[in-house]
Amino acid sequence: MSTATERRVPDDDAVVDTPPGNRPGREALTEMSNPHRARAIKDVVARVVMWASFALAMIPLVWILATVVLKGVHMLASPTWWTGNQRNINSEDFGGGARHAIEGTLQMVGFTALIAVPIGILTAVYLVEYGRGHLARAISFTVDILSGVPSIVAALFIYAVWVTAFGFSRSGFAASLALVLLMIPVIVRSTEEMLKLVPNELREASYALGVPKWATVVKIVLRTAFSGIVTGVLLGIARVMGETAPLLILAPYTKNFQRDLFNGNFPTLPMMINNDRLDIGLAAAAERMWAAALTLILLVLLLNVIGRVIAHFGAVKK
Amino acid sequence: MAKRIDVSDLNVYYGGFKAVEGVSMTVEPRSVTAFIGPSGCGKSTFLRTLNRMHEVIPGGRVEGKVMLDDQDLYAASMDPVTVRRTVGMVFQRPNPFPTMSIYDNVAAGLRLNGVKNKKTLDGIVEQSLKGANLWTEVKDRLSKPGAGLSGGQQQRLCIARAIAVQPQVLLMDEPCSALDPISTLAIEDLVNELKNDFTIVIVTHNMQQAARVSDRTAFFNLKATGEPGRLVEIDDTTRIFNNPTEQATEDYISGRFG
Repeated sequence: MSTATERRVPDDDAVVDTPPGNRPGREALTEMSNPHRARAIKDVVARVVMWASFALAMIPLVWILATVVLKGVHMLASPTWWTGNQRNINSEDFGGGARHAIEGTLQMVGFTALIAVPIGILTAVYLVEYGRGHLARAISFTVDILSGVPSIVAALFIYAVWVTAFGFSRSGFAASLALVLLMIPVIVRSTEEMLKLVPNELREASYALGVPKWATVVKIVLRTAFSGIVTGVLLGIARVMGETAPLLILAPYTKNFQRDLFNGNFPTLPMMINNDRLDIGLAAAAERMWAAALTLILLVLLLNVIGRVIAHFGAVKK
Repeated sequence: MAKRIDVSDLNVYYGGFKAVEGVSMTVEPRSVTAFIGPSGCGKSTFLRTLNRMHEVIPGGRVEGKVMLDDQDLYAASMDPVTVRRTVGMVFQRPNPFPTMSIYDNVAAGLRLNGVKNKKTLDGIVEQSLKGANLWTEVKDRLSKPGAGLSGGQQQRLCIARAIAVQPQVLLMDEPCSALDPISTLAIEDLVNELKNDFTIVIVTHNMQQAARVSDRTAFFNLKATGEPGRLVEIDDTTRIFNNPTEQATEDYISGRFG
């Protein structure tokens, strides 16, 4: 932030640096002082507006974090939170754990990534390295549309196909399918941007060594873009981790441990939050809700840290 | 090693646009041939047709014939990947692979084509870096990133990378235009040594450079903007610079063009 404001300073001195040929005379200098003052005022106004916007944007962020931490942190301090589940704990009872929901969310998101990441990256490789003409344009357009689909619509679509048409029951897997639909466009777009950043010169250098195109794409292009792609994948995962609408429609909550993604109800953190929200009047339920919310935020944070570390070790060396 | 290139009546197109028209020439083995001419006259485009790199750009195609000794580079059965293994290329801007160390950069061409033997690789990397006059400067830091070298060193690294796959011909597209005079001199000395083993074709905007390094010089020009570029003449370098056959060449060399 401070560098951005400091960068304005040389601009203010620019008048002093006017080349001798253009340097105004004494009278002209007094005339010049008006526009100079106007510019100084604009500079101050712009600075104030910028800082005010920054502060305004920070208020809700800090507020949310503070609320969630203050109301949720003490439950996280208890070991039961990380080992137990909510079985036989009624809304008015204090305590219980979130292990079932943490495991469920990680399992569901992991499974989603397993399907969506390869599809997303391969689609981006096709669009950037191979795609020409109508097919590529059609795919690109489809991805654009897909990225604009609201999560509840994706969920209803999976419900219509998976449950109504094919006759399967609701499950964690069905919710995963909806999350795949939401994750693919994020991965495609971010990977595409990263692949476009790889200079063409590197591809040409590789071709000129007699390296086939597929090897160039795998060993040179994807390798060079690796850390950017990882960042994109993690953004995609973070995007679907807190997604709630598909879970409401496709994966009913359970308070028990449930590791089978394909049959029966499935516990997840967003659904745990939602479940306790229904009894928010009860102190015990409210406390659990905040604790679950904080846990979800921490999971996303942890994922980002892991991503940074991977990206750091895979980054282009200088 | 080192083969003769025979080009007959070559036209180059990008989509519907004819970029180069009717080029015929012979490039002698173990010699340096320089291409000179104004910007946009098609010398780089023509150079890229000698290892089918123009096909990388969508719509790029040729009519005519390019023979490498007795191999037709544009025969239906000829794989462009094979052509590029035989005819290597060095580019205008040094472009070492940024994710790779100095060693890995030189070994890249071989590794990506499936050579795994550590001993073979070690030998070729050392030999190529020596061949590119870079060995003494980098031998103690082979595992450092290639992008950390100076511009001139990077360009010699790219030359080492190109000769590591043991091509017959080396194409150089303005290899010194991004370098300072001292690095330029180093590359020119190197070109002089490399011609003992390779057939070298070099595009340059620097006429002194063409005069210094090449045995034969080809002058390209175009009649007017939008017209295709063509070969005006090719002859021994001394003759091109002292007593060219064509008036256009004389005008360009002496600075009376346009």
